[in-house]
This record gives sequence, structure tokens and C-alpha cells, in this order.
Amino acid sequence: MEEKKANPVEEATILFVNKEKEPLFSKKNRKLLSDPMDDNNPITVQVLGICSALAITVQLKPALVMSVSVMVVMAASNVIISLLRNLIPNRIRIIVQLVVVASMVILVDQVLRAYAYDVSKELSIFIGLIITNCIVMGRLEAFALGHGVWKSFLDGIGNAAGYGFILIVVAFFRELLGSGKLLGFQVVPDALYEMGYENNGLMLLSPMALITVGILIWIQRARNRSLIEKN
Amino acid sequence: MNRDSNAYTFLFATVMVLIVASALAFTATSLKDLQASNVRKEKMQNILATIGIKTDREMAETLYNKFIVEELSLVTGGSVDSDIDAFELELNKEIKKPVSEQRFPLYVANVEGVKSYVVPLRGAGLWNAIWGYIALEEDKNTIKGAVFDHVGETAGLGAEITQQWFQNRFVGEKIFDTAGKLVGINVSKTNNDPKDLDKNDHEVDAISGATITGDGVTEMITERLQHYVPYLKTTAMTLALNYN
Repeated sequence: MEEKKANPVEEATILFVNKEKEPLFSKKNRKLLSDPMDDNNPITVQVLGICSALAITVQLKPALVMSVSVMVVMAASNVIISLLRNLIPNRIRIIVQLVVVASMVILVDQVLRAYAYDVSKELSIFIGLIITNCIVMGRLEAFALGHGVWKSFLDGIGNAAGYGFILIVVAFFRELLGSGKLLGFQVVPDALYEMGYENNGLMLLSPMALITVGILIWIQRARNRSLIEKN
Repeated sequence: MNRDSNAYTFLFATVMVLIVASALAFTATSLKDLQASNVRKEKMQNILATIGIKTDREMAETLYNKFIVEELSLVTGGSVDSDIDAFELELNKEIKKPVSEQRFPLYVANVEGVKSYVVPLRGAGLWNAIWGYIALEEDKNTIKGAVFDHVGETAGLGAEITQQWFQNRFVGEKIFDTAGKLVGINVSKTNNDPKDLDKNDHEVDAISGATITGDGVTEMITERLQHYVPYLKTTAMTLALNYN
């Protein structure tokens, strides 16, 4: 609330002073990167971005590509919103966030289509899904609107990494058990199939993604008891 | 200026929309040619792939001009409409017209004296459009090669139709039965022929979990090919019905 009243010029000076005092990778800033990986993971703790975690974890490759794209979009839109945070009218801030994210996504898509056609084919509908990813909007609203540019950038990278990490783990197990492959290459030896081993087709369907995420949450809470709710 | 005032809110929204709109419009128009050329080259690449010529996108245009000798746009009766550039025909638009107004593109390839006929396909999968190209051997009956693609079929299930191993199953299959009637290729769950050794059964093995996409492929092949039957039969067709 105080920040809102502050004159943008003053704000900028304060920010600058703060930056000089605080090293780029101070303990606090490192925490912005490491927190989303465990204690504050967007998927397993905040339960955001579940929709895309179910949709694109059938194979490892789309999951990897999606993680990288989300990271680019989150870092960039966090920075933009953070730069504009003292200009954005409070009443239409959600619309502004949406416009920023949507235009970032469209720009990335257009550039890929012209200069990296194969990558853009790989991404196809996923790139549109980034806009609807709750994590992106969530971090803009909860973090970038109230923090400086560098911190917002780190927060974007950190949360995208936490999201991508879960995506990749889930996709690893789904592709391995569902198709016997990793990144499209067969890893389950033919000999095992001849002995009667079968790929589990259920792993390819979304319910198993939910169950895999559930198992990950279970493992995480067994390790990190502070996450368990009291009631 | 008060950040909560209506005037400021409207001003901010207007300026934002103007900036974003012009940035997007500028990017879209300046990249349009590059994007169109990518799409065009990919089409050539796909057509070449069905006749067994694998190439990267850069070489596609040269090889296409070398091996594709004719681009025909056919009318329902089987005659050729020479006013229309077959390569520029957009199947997604054609397919919505009444059959009598549609034009059916056909690409004739000539590789070292051996002719083959490439028919573009388009239909519906589970979530969205699917399309592809299917090449017929000189006998206009045996499939030389097939390529499929899609917008948004499920990864790991329906999306597997783009994989080489699925497309290879079509090679050698026949589209006409012994009586010369078009039967197309059925993507079948019950053909008892998982390795697709029987090339005369008009069936290929389906992908588990991708029933609707598979049915879409079946439907698309028959629906599209039926329009080419008059042409295939009128051009001195000697249906090679040498089933053995």
C-alpha cells in the first residue's frame, strides 16, 4: 500500500540503493530461486498449473519444450509487469497482466514460426496453453506487482523451474511406463517384451498423470513435514 | 495523475492497446513471407516423402521441381481444370464446398521414368483436423507411401500417426478390391495382423488408445480417394489386380 503512494522517481532511487546494498545473488534472492523447487512448489504445494501438467506429460520431449517456453514467458512477463508496476491502474491490473502474457506468447509463437519452424510445430497448441497457465498470472499478481525487476525476474525463473521440474519427472515416468521410451527412443529392451512385459496404456491417459502428481506430493510431504496441514 | 481515477484508467488502457496492437501487427506482417515459405516448403517436403524422397526443408523446392512433373486440379467427373493452380488449392477451404464445386489436387511424380500419383488428404481426428498425403504406384492401386499430420491429437496416442512406423504400415496396401471397387484402407483394431504382413486385406493395424484418430484416418482416405476414382479409371487405367 505504501508503495503505491510513492512517487515513481523516489521509488526508482530506493530500488537502486537497495540493489547496491544487496548482492545480486544474496541469500534472499537465492531463496526466490530455490523455494519454488520444494517448499513452495507451484504444482505440488500451491496446486497451480495442474491442467497443463496433465495434458503434456505423456512424453518427455513436449514436457521439456513446455518447461523452457514457460520459463521464457514467465521471466519476461514478470519483468515487464514489474517495470510497469507503478503505472498500472489498480482496477484493470488483471487485464493488463493478461494482455502482457498473451502478447508475449503470440510474439514468441510468430517468431518461432518464421525462424524455428520445427520447434513451433512441436509446440503447436501448447504455446496457447501457456496463456491459460495459472502460475504465470499467479506470479504476476502475487509477486511482480509488488517487487523490483531483478527479484521478479528471479521469481519467474524459480517458479518456472519448479513447475518444469515436476512436469519432467511426471513425463519421465509416464513415457517410460506407458510407451517404454524416453525422448522417443526405446529404453525397455526387446528381451523384456518377449518375456511378456507390456507397456501400461493407462499411463498415457490423464488420470495417471494426476495419480503420479499425487505420489510426488506424498513423497514430498513425507520428506518435508512442515508442509503437512495441521487439520 | 491519480492512478485510481477513471481518466487515468482509460488513458492507460488506450495507450496499452495501441502499443500492443501495433507491435503484434508489425511482427505478424513482417514475418508473414518467411512463415508462408516455411509452410510451402513443408508441403513439398511431405509430398516428396510419400514417394520415398527424404529431404530437408532447404532442398525441398529444388527436388520438388525436379520430380513432380504435373500438378492437376481435377473436377468431380475426372477431367482437369487447367485454370487453377493445384499447389495453391487449400484443402481446408475446398472440403467445405459442395462436391461439384470442389477441385481435387493431384500431384504426378516421375522418378527415373516411374510415375506415381500423390493425393492430398484432409479429415477430422479426435480433437481437430488431421491431414496427409498418400502416394499411389504406377498401377494406381498400390500405396507407395503415406504421410500424416495433425493439429492437436493426443501426444503418445493419436499424435503417433505422424510417426514413421505407423505410416510404413500403409506401404504396399491396395486401395481397390479385386472387382475394381474402391475400398480404401481401414485402420483396424481387429485385423489379427499386427505386423501388417498381409498387404491385400485393405487393413492396417490401429494404434491402441487412438481409436477415434484411427477412424478419422480411415474415413479421410476413403472420402478423399473416392473423388479421384473417375480420373484414375479414365486415364487408361489398367488396374493391376494381380493379387497373389
